[in-house]
Amino acid sequence: MRTKATKMKTRRTINAYGFMAPALILILVFTIIPIIGSLILMFYDYSVLGTTKFIGIKNFIKAFQDRVFLISIKNSVLFVIVVPIIQILSILLAVLVNRNLPGMNIFRTLFYIPVVTSMVAVSIIWGFIFDSNGVINIFLQNAGIISMPLGFLSSKFGAMPCIMFITVWQGLGYYMMMYLAGLQGIPGELCEAARIDGADSLIVFTRIKLPLLKPYIWFCSLNSVISAVGVFDVVFVLTKGGPNNATMVINYYSYTKAFSDFQFGYAAAIGAVQAIVTTILSIVVFAYGKKGGMTNGD
Amino acid sequence: MATDKPVKIRNKKKLFGDILAYLLLIIIALVCAGPFIWLLLSSLRVGANIYSLNFKLSDFSLENFTGVISYMNLPMYVGNTVIITVAAIVLDVVFSAMCAYPLAMMDFKGKNIIFGTLVATMIIPAAAGMIVNYLIISKLHLLNTFLGVILPSSVKAFSIILMRQAYLGVPKELVEAARIDGAGELRTWAQIMVPGIMPSISTIIIFDFIGNWNSFLWPIIVLQDPNKYPLATALQYLNGSFSYKFGYVAAGTIISIIPVLIVFMICQKNYIEAVSGAVKG
Repeated sequence: MRTKATKMKTRRTINAYGFMAPALILILVFTIIPIIGSLILMFYDYSVLGTTKFIGIKNFIKAFQDRVFLISIKNSVLFVIVVPIIQILSILLAVLVNRNLPGMNIFRTLFYIPVVTSMVAVSIIWGFIFDSNGVINIFLQNAGIISMPLGFLSSKFGAMPCIMFITVWQGLGYYMMMYLAGLQGIPGELCEAARIDGADSLIVFTRIKLPLLKPYIWFCSLNSVISAVGVFDVVFVLTKGGPNNATMVINYYSYTKAFSDFQFGYAAAIGAVQAIVTTILSIVVFAYGKKGGMTNGD
Repeated sequence: MATDKPVKIRNKKKLFGDILAYLLLIIIALVCAGPFIWLLLSSLRVGANIYSLNFKLSDFSLENFTGVISYMNLPMYVGNTVIITVAAIVLDVVFSAMCAYPLAMMDFKGKNIIFGTLVATMIIPAAAGMIVNYLIISKLHLLNTFLGVILPSSVKAFSIILMRQAYLGVPKELVEAARIDGAGELRTWAQIMVPGIMPSISTIIIFDFIGNWNSFLWPIIVLQDPNKYPLATALQYLNGSFSYKFGYVAAGTIISIIPVLIVFMICQKNYIEAVSGAVKG
């Protein structure tokens, strides 16, 4: 009897792995091995053309003596400013589109369109709007506010805010939908009861809605931090890290080291630093959330 | 009489609030959709200074569209994109649906480890493994092939976990009935389980469609021959090399956006539910 049961179990296990094999093999080869591989690669001097040798933590020592790398870390950390901006704006936007008005679905869809558009298209559009001959410059010149066109993307001080603006613009709709789902999950009686007790809309928002949105704020902020530290596409298409490294961010720097300079080991080490920065900032978000900083000081 | 007045004030206040809300909505809609409308207008203009703000009806024509289609060989890039997108979707749907089945319905050794590992891979951003992925693709001699573009990001842990959740909702009696009828695991899966999770499959198809259609970086890395580029990558290339022909770039960009917009508009309810469901799940 017992052997029959074990036999059955073995057969079931074989069956199960048969079903899972194709997917698991692909995930193993193209997700798990690459992650483990880059953890190993960062201790090697590995380039396609040269020889491969173990160099310990030399890649990291080199990184912290690399001026451009340090700039890229500074820029990536600075870029995280977009996280609170995006979250606050999208919460407000969600409250707005949560109103029960005719035609609201059309607005929700319109606000979501930037999210599903490719970053290449988005960057091409905004690159052209920000161009020194672009719409904004012509408008400002026609209005007599400026006499010379401003090179938003080609100026040292303008490029980073432009990249941030585009990121916020593209991300708003996504987080708006998240918070909208959160708001719609709040029982209506709760807000109604508070209103009967004399609470105005602001109090209902800060004392009831915001605290109940907390899990969403956590999830969205974490997501947002991870993608902010990993910002890449918009930099790649619009500025290539320039002008003069003003928009050089970690992820893009790692990419150039790997695929322009073919220093794969060094690039992997930079990627590891990016992971560490992401983790530290995520912990900050967690700590902040735990302290209640996100629930209006309660 | 006494109650009449406050109601009136409240109604007035509500009307004022609604007007304000619409005003805000329209301004934000202009900020969100304005750039697209402007791009569309630019793509339809020929000859005149494309930067100028004076739109004249006589300047409008489809010349940029016909131009970019023949000059840039757009149909070829659309073809490449369709091949890559469809193949990635098919791989993801079939393999994930298979993989999720035992995770939901069978008892076997190592189940928890596999499930845990899948969840863990979801947290790590794909970019982390990009360098080693490139080395693997090159070792497999898949550089400069569609397969090299498709395989690494085809099967997603996210899809597997979503489908596992969906399988759990298929009535157990259906499965039992099929077993009693003597159906093997493969037949039970194909004839009972897969039809039972169609809503999730359609969600995954939308996600994969948008993701693969828009992806541009990995194709640049893997493909050396620009004739194999998908649309987004080709646009990036076109924008870099021919930025002075903005009419063409604009037309190409419009063409690349349209399919995604159509799919999104048709499936938006399903899509948005899945996106916002991610927090709860």
